[in-house]
Amino acid sequence: MPLDPANSTQLREPGGSRKPLPPWASTAALLVPTYGWLTLAVFLPLCTMFAFSFLTATPMGKAPIVFTFKQYRAFIDQPYLLGVAWQSLLMGFWTTFFCAVLGFFAALALVRATEGKVRETLLILVLLPFWTNGLVRVFSWTMVLREGGFLDYAIHSVWPGAGSVGFLYTRQAVVVGLVHGYLPYMILTCYIALVTIDNTIVEAASSLGARWWTILWKILLPMAAPGLISGSVLIFVPVIGSFMEPRILGGRVGVTMGTVIEDQFTQAFNWPLGAALSFTMLAVVLGIFATFSGVLRRGTAL
Amino acid sequence: MTNVEVRSIAKNYGSVPVLTDISTDFTQGSFTSLLGPSGSGKTTLLRIIAGFIIPDQGNVAIGGNDVTRMPVWARNIGMVFQSYALFPHMTVNENVAFGLARRGIKGEESRKQVERALELVRLPGFGDRKPKQLSGGQQQRVALARAIVTKPSVLLLDEPLSALDRRLRQEMQVELIRIQKESGLTTIFVTHDQEEALTLSDKVAILDRGRIVQIGAPTEVYERPKTRFAAEFLGDTNFLTGTVVAGGIRLANGSTVAVDAPLPATGSEATVAVRPEKIVIRDVARGGKDTDRSNRVSATISSSVYAGTALTYEAAFDGLSFKIFAQNSDARPHSVGDVVELTWSPLHTVPLEAAA
Repeated sequence: MPLDPANSTQLREPGGSRKPLPPWASTAALLVPTYGWLTLAVFLPLCTMFAFSFLTATPMGKAPIVFTFKQYRAFIDQPYLLGVAWQSLLMGFWTTFFCAVLGFFAALALVRATEGKVRETLLILVLLPFWTNGLVRVFSWTMVLREGGFLDYAIHSVWPGAGSVGFLYTRQAVVVGLVHGYLPYMILTCYIALVTIDNTIVEAASSLGARWWTILWKILLPMAAPGLISGSVLIFVPVIGSFMEPRILGGRVGVTMGTVIEDQFTQAFNWPLGAALSFTMLAVVLGIFATFSGVLRRGTAL
Repeated sequence: MTNVEVRSIAKNYGSVPVLTDISTDFTQGSFTSLLGPSGSGKTTLLRIIAGFIIPDQGNVAIGGNDVTRMPVWARNIGMVFQSYALFPHMTVNENVAFGLARRGIKGEESRKQVERALELVRLPGFGDRKPKQLSGGQQQRVALARAIVTKPSVLLLDEPLSALDRRLRQEMQVELIRIQKESGLTTIFVTHDQEEALTLSDKVAILDRGRIVQIGAPTEVYERPKTRFAAEFLGDTNFLTGTVVAGGIRLANGSTVAVDAPLPATGSEATVAVRPEKIVIRDVARGGKDTDRSNRVSATISSSVYAGTALTYEAAFDGLSFKIFAQNSDARPHSVGDVVELTWSPLHTVPLEAAA
């Protein structure tokens, strides 16, 4: 195709002798919108909350505002909070554990046993919890787990003499609800890790004499470790701070750091204490990650 | 002694036949190439021998045992893939030791055998590296070491060199022959590269649309191709078609080409193949030296491609076009328009079977 002479002149001289931007400038131009927004929407509010955590009272009434460290002594002044924190960590651990087991095998099944349209459909079904309202999702579990709920109904239709297995308002019920809500993260991160494993690697292993469990333990699991780890981090952190599932499915036993903190903001109107508890939990979580950072790094670096 | 034996293998994908009635033997310690274009079924045949594909019909035997329904892990094979397929999370040592551990060989014994295997592929001292710290050629050597360290009954190579660049590929071909001879493993090698197949193998099997059209030593399949496909796939060929007469065929223009091989019944139609490098050009205008090649036709040079050591000519002859490879040894290359005489021996005039 012959080039239009007028166009080619334009191409050669785009607005005179403009110099191209230096590389650092274009990098900055690309990053500024994202980091600017993050600063505005995440960092500044967090700083505000951090400042609040050193105040004696929420700075909104007429009460005089005084600087104090006393909010950070909550765990010493109110020792029952230690128990609550421990329960929250346990809840985070079990939720992450069940998500890891279920999510890994679900992702494995997706990658190795499905293809094309079937796989697309199943992946969309995995995302379904994300598209439903969280409150609806959690309340629907109360219908299933309560005494005489759908779970009991299903069991009684097979075995009419069975007692009730309804376990609503227990910690197990909370974990069930949390696993349901957070499982998609684990399935997706594991799926991404597993789908990149070339099938010939599995074939090579079996040609060398490996049975399926050796392939699972020595090949697939270590190679999918980055997905398992990033999924675990994605789940563990929000689960520790969750308050909706513990409150609705846990009832009286559903007291977690999440619910305690939420209470400070919505019921007790003690924002400084809520903020201090939040930052304490953040420190604990960062401490846990720092302790296992060696393992995490080894797992993610192939 | 036969080591691997396939009998009446057939495989369809849906209604599409991929392999049709394949039967052949692989001798102990031999190097056999499965050569064919993509879609010829060569890889499917290899994967049936490996056990990744179960054939619809027929049997596979390794070392005298029927393994047709035996899972891959139980077959004691060694396999090298085009994509290397090294375990990226393991070191070279761990990769090579993987198959040994599956056979219960651990500790000091395993370490010794791994070391020996890495020496065989000329990579001693690379054991602690991760695969991605190695070049493509080195990775393929590790894959080879991993496949042979377990002393498999058969070594299966699925286009192992095609991901390497030309120079490295030639280097690895030499290495592969050495390693195969030293280890004495029965080797089956899938390739679409005809030169590679001729260079490496004791035997070449040419596959076309799910059938073995010819199997034999490299010289045999190259010099005496049985069918038009075999002749065409394994290098360049000129074809001549005519009516069979005593001792040769008569072409449409009335000239006779002598054939030094059994021909079909007199009067029937037959096609013969002549390799371009077997033809000698005699320059009619310049006299040129006579040769004792008794097949001669006069032709006009229609194109000439110069490639340093050799030249490729095309010569027109009675509506046919002949390809000729000539060493660059003439005083002066022929030019387009030269009237020449093409001569070749009846021995190099190979009658082909009629197309199936």
